[in-house]
Amino acid sequence: MGKRVAIVGTGQTYHKSARLDVNGIELINEAVTRALEDAHLTIKDIDAIVIGNMDHFEGINYVDTWSVDGSGGFMKPILKVTTGGTTGTTVAMAGYYHAASGLFDTVLAIGWEKNSESDTTGAIITAFDPIWDRPAFAGAVAGLAIEASVYMHTYGVTERDAARVSVRDRKHATNNPHAHLRGEITIDDVLRSPMLSYPVKLLDMCPRTDGACAVIFASEDRAEKITDKLAWVWATATRHNYVYLGDWDLQGLRTLESASKEVYQKVGIREPLKEIDVMELYLPYSFAGLSWIEALGLCKKGEAPRLLWDGVTDMGGELPINPSGGVISCNPIGATGLIRVAEASLQVRGKADKRQVPDARVALATGFGGCGWSDVMILRKEKR
Amino acid sequence: MEKKDLLTISSGEQAQPFNWSVGRYGSKFLTELRDHKKILGIKCPSCGWVYVPPRRVCGKCFVEMSDWTELSPKGTLMAFTVLMFSFVDPDSGKERPVPYGYGYIRFDGADSSFPHFLKETDYKKIKIGARVEAVFEEKRRGHLLDIKYFRIIQE
Repeated sequence: MGKRVAIVGTGQTYHKSARLDVNGIELINEAVTRALEDAHLTIKDIDAIVIGNMDHFEGINYVDTWSVDGSGGFMKPILKVTTGGTTGTTVAMAGYYHAASGLFDTVLAIGWEKNSESDTTGAIITAFDPIWDRPAFAGAVAGLAIEASVYMHTYGVTERDAARVSVRDRKHATNNPHAHLRGEITIDDVLRSPMLSYPVKLLDMCPRTDGACAVIFASEDRAEKITDKLAWVWATATRHNYVYLGDWDLQGLRTLESASKEVYQKVGIREPLKEIDVMELYLPYSFAGLSWIEALGLCKKGEAPRLLWDGVTDMGGELPINPSGGVISCNPIGATGLIRVAEASLQVRGKADKRQVPDARVALATGFGGCGWSDVMILRKEKR
Repeated sequence: MEKKDLLTISSGEQAQPFNWSVGRYGSKFLTELRDHKKILGIKCPSCGWVYVPPRRVCGKCFVEMSDWTELSPKGTLMAFTVLMFSFVDPDSGKERPVPYGYGYIRFDGADSSFPHFLKETDYKKIKIGARVEAVFEEKRRGHLLDIKYFRIIQE
């Protein structure tokens, strides 16, 4: 068994569609500086760095080497981890593993992206098989629309049901100064927004954002000396399942179902809806806010719309989801998963300001990437 | 500093061609498609799944496959979307024309699905469960797009 590990500090940049005032190095530095400030540490206190993004968005490879001025990686162990959409959560997991191993006490995890630098859909397509998938594929929007078509057909879920997810996330985002999109929207706004790829419309979909996030993990030997506001990593799990897009079994997000089950088993959670206080989920489009909370075991298959319409997942509900506004409000892709972990940690550290869920003690964060990959990390206030 | 003075530098008309190995399994599929308009699948000896496109290993069972099977060019539509927004096709560097139909077809006798273009672009006229058929290009070159698209058929 590894050492117990806690999150002791987080930092996020100012997020917007195009941060032309900074290059990648400076963007990374903005997040790192804020994380160090939050933890009251200096770069000298950092023993190792894990960094990641999807480098085909910028067309510049090897961020681990070229970003050292910004990351603080000068003459330190630095490792790049990149797993597509899940990069941010995988960076968090790798940061956790480093600290849990006992080889490094204080580890800085960084996720970032400058989505403004290329055509996001075109870049995403290059992550897929060039012989069998690229010629007809149309990136995340089309891939997710395919999933939505099956989910609607199987359970009779409607575009209106899905719109409720976008309305929730965008409302929550008004409390978050780091969210990229901070304007409230209505169900009708979503339904009337331009069709991108049936049944996914503009306001069903996440934006593309420039931004970075940094999270500092400390082992139990160090964490309590740094701060008394800690988010302990309770358990984590990851799943990848298939190669070619057509190998999907059309049964929802099996990887998330499996990874969350493993996490619940590890920590002894039987009723996630009752036992978890808040979730920060990687929901890149509205339908995921229905189908994927079923995969997380919050309700039976096809029943998620009822939870949404009843307000169960709103701020003030039984299990608030995405107090930050989620991915539909902010999506610097390589940072997106790490932002979920950072936001979940702010909740259990009691530092989430206007988006704080009162007395949050257990928080769950997820990451998503294609082909249908999932990462799950659960955090808690108590050490155990 | 004024916004107009925050510069971006374009990469220009860059081109970096790649030559990807298709391998024995994929090459056999593509040459049969090119020469005989045949659709080949491959069956896992362990779980019995029939995969299209054929490949060497069943990832779920992690065993080698060698049981080739010819499939009908007809199948069932399992999932679909219709693209309405244009984007840069990374293979050509040009905007891909929209709208286009994109569907997951399960060939009769197969267990995996096969993503490809649909001829129909009106999403109101496309239903999951529809019967579809591959339409082949006249001039074929050993490429996935030797299948032009799938059209909806009435049976």
